[in-house]
Amino acid sequence: MLGFIISRLISMVLTIWAISLVAFAIIQLPPGDYLTTYVATLSASGDRVDPRVIEALREQYGLGQPFIVQYWKWVSGIVTAGDFGQSFEWGRPVTELIWGRLGNSILLEGLAVIVMWFVALPIGVYAAVNKYSLGDYLATIFGFLGLAIPNFLFALVLMYLGYAWFGVVMGGLFSPQFEGAHWSFARVLDFLSNAWAPVLVLATAGTAQLIRVMRANLLDELRKPYVTTARAKGLPEWRVILKYPVRVALNPLVSTIGWLLPTLVSSSVIVSVVMNLPTAGPMLLRSLTTQDMYLAGTLILLLGVLTVIGTLISDLILAWIDPRIRYGGE
Amino acid sequence: MATDTMILKETQRKDRATGRESQWKMIWRRFRQHRLALVSLWIVIGFYLIAIFAEFLAPYAPSHYNSRYTYAAPQGIHLFDTDEQGNWGFRPFVYGYTTEIDQAAMRRTFVLDPDVKHRVQFFIETEPYRLAGFIPMQHRLFGVAEPRAPFYVLGADRLGRDLLSRLIHGTRISLSIGLVGVVLSLFFGVLIGGFSGFYGGWFDSIVQRTIEFIRSLPTIPLWLGLAAAMPRDWGALQTYFAITIILSVVGWTELARVVRGRFLALRTEDFVVAAQLDGASDYRVIMRHMVPSFMSHIIAAATLAIPGMILAETALSFLGLGLQAPIVSWGTLLQEAQNIRTLASAPWLLLPGVVVVIVILAMNFLGDGLRDAADPYGR
Repeated sequence: MLGFIISRLISMVLTIWAISLVAFAIIQLPPGDYLTTYVATLSASGDRVDPRVIEALREQYGLGQPFIVQYWKWVSGIVTAGDFGQSFEWGRPVTELIWGRLGNSILLEGLAVIVMWFVALPIGVYAAVNKYSLGDYLATIFGFLGLAIPNFLFALVLMYLGYAWFGVVMGGLFSPQFEGAHWSFARVLDFLSNAWAPVLVLATAGTAQLIRVMRANLLDELRKPYVTTARAKGLPEWRVILKYPVRVALNPLVSTIGWLLPTLVSSSVIVSVVMNLPTAGPMLLRSLTTQDMYLAGTLILLLGVLTVIGTLISDLILAWIDPRIRYGGE
Repeated sequence: MATDTMILKETQRKDRATGRESQWKMIWRRFRQHRLALVSLWIVIGFYLIAIFAEFLAPYAPSHYNSRYTYAAPQGIHLFDTDEQGNWGFRPFVYGYTTEIDQAAMRRTFVLDPDVKHRVQFFIETEPYRLAGFIPMQHRLFGVAEPRAPFYVLGADRLGRDLLSRLIHGTRISLSIGLVGVVLSLFFGVLIGGFSGFYGGWFDSIVQRTIEFIRSLPTIPLWLGLAAAMPRDWGALQTYFAITIILSVVGWTELARVVRGRFLALRTEDFVVAAQLDGASDYRVIMRHMVPSFMSHIIAAATLAIPGMILAETALSFLGLGLQAPIVSWGTLLQEAQNIRTLASAPWLLLPGVVVVIVILAMNFLGDGLRDAADPYGR
């Protein structure tokens, strides 16, 4: 087990390094840099900019230097001092800006995962046990709809219905009075009263897929002879199903986290933009359009790292509950 | 005649029994059993026809506007009406509008006026245009006869542009972007996946690690970053192709995986080994013996990849980083629906979303059906 964990950790570090390279390359791609965008906005609004000031700023941030030098500066800052660089637009260190936002992202995605599992498992089991029943067909239809409705569209429809029927403008995660408050029971309640909508949107697509996977896995298991044996020995039906087939069918389901997480992180970005949530998503979009490169790069990097860590955890859980994975393979 | 068909049926039955039916015939027969996939195939074909004949089918050009009818409500089309003598018949028409001032919102709203009827005519003559960019034409499928009469079957947007026309034109962009993106992904996927599956070794492991890496990344942040890198002053065509390339950055991985898997599975098959022992070149072995046997799998995988591309384009354009304003796609249309208050007064702006869902569903069913039919020898 230890060897398995170590090899997984090494590959994770390599992946994170690759992500940092990609993230930095992406933010370097646009022609020009933040200062050119900045100058353009200033001149668009009629202001004059002293070219010497710009030159000094460029010098200070090392914007004219070759890619590898800038990359090295950035990465060594992160590794040695936890310094992700300076946000040009906010004029503050990136670290001051992102943690709250990323925390909200993780919170939302975590809640979505929990909801997904709690909803998908019983439905998947039910659909497999009662194959071709009305409930099974309903689950299938739901599954396909969940797959086909883009999450931002779902968010829009939800907001529209909330506004048209109840006159409520959904959006945000906290009511104004709780915005900057410390966590308390009242704030948690307020959070939940706001967060249910985005969590619902985020969970839908994943739930649909989990139901399909769970149903297929369990159907495979239910055909096996040991189920018949258990039934023949007179076990009550619910024990026949829950005792072994469901547990075995769960294993492949855990590994789905690996591809569930990237999609979840993706959709949380776009849903947050639509519903105006204070997560990493809208901040990323804004920083990309203004070429606030260190902020954008850090967000891309950390969203990627989040995904990789989540996948690692799911791998470890999988290896823990299913020894065949640990010792098999290679 | 009757005997002819009987003989034909007889030979068909024999073909089937002796395994002489061609592979594609078997696939088609298998595919037809999948009802949902068959229906979806027709839906998809229908949408592609709409995309091809967009100019002819749409009552107006996408940029045609009428500022007198901003956010006009959908008129719908009424197909049957009585004429002067009171006889029922097929006489399609739409109702005109009367405006009312909404005191609360301080703006005009349009209410259908049952007293005013505008006849809808088929093959109506309009200003000349070029169908699909090169066939000069002067007629559109339908429209209202009076040039000043409003004609908004599905409503109007904030500039008084016809949503139906824009939807039809958007279909062309959105569907073709999926297709072009998949063709690009297919090219890279088949090339890279084929190499890594056929030759294996270090190249294979590098490719596999790369694919794993790309698939472990959240796609939207990646796409957003790449899309934000597009210069703002690029023209429509450049942006269009840039978007397809951006989508293919992730898209090729899935197809490469499928191709590699098929190559690995086939490499040890007897007929491939036989061809190699016969001294056939690698190129010939691949093109002549391997590709035909997994062509159907690739087509299925490609079909399943299209909806993802369409969704991605829609999402990117919706966020404002994909296609830009003068280009009409489902994503740019949905961008109009971003503001919740606008949406509350003009819910028909969400209609492009309905179309997206229909097309995505149909393509998924079609792809599922193709995948099931791709291996007609199994089961």
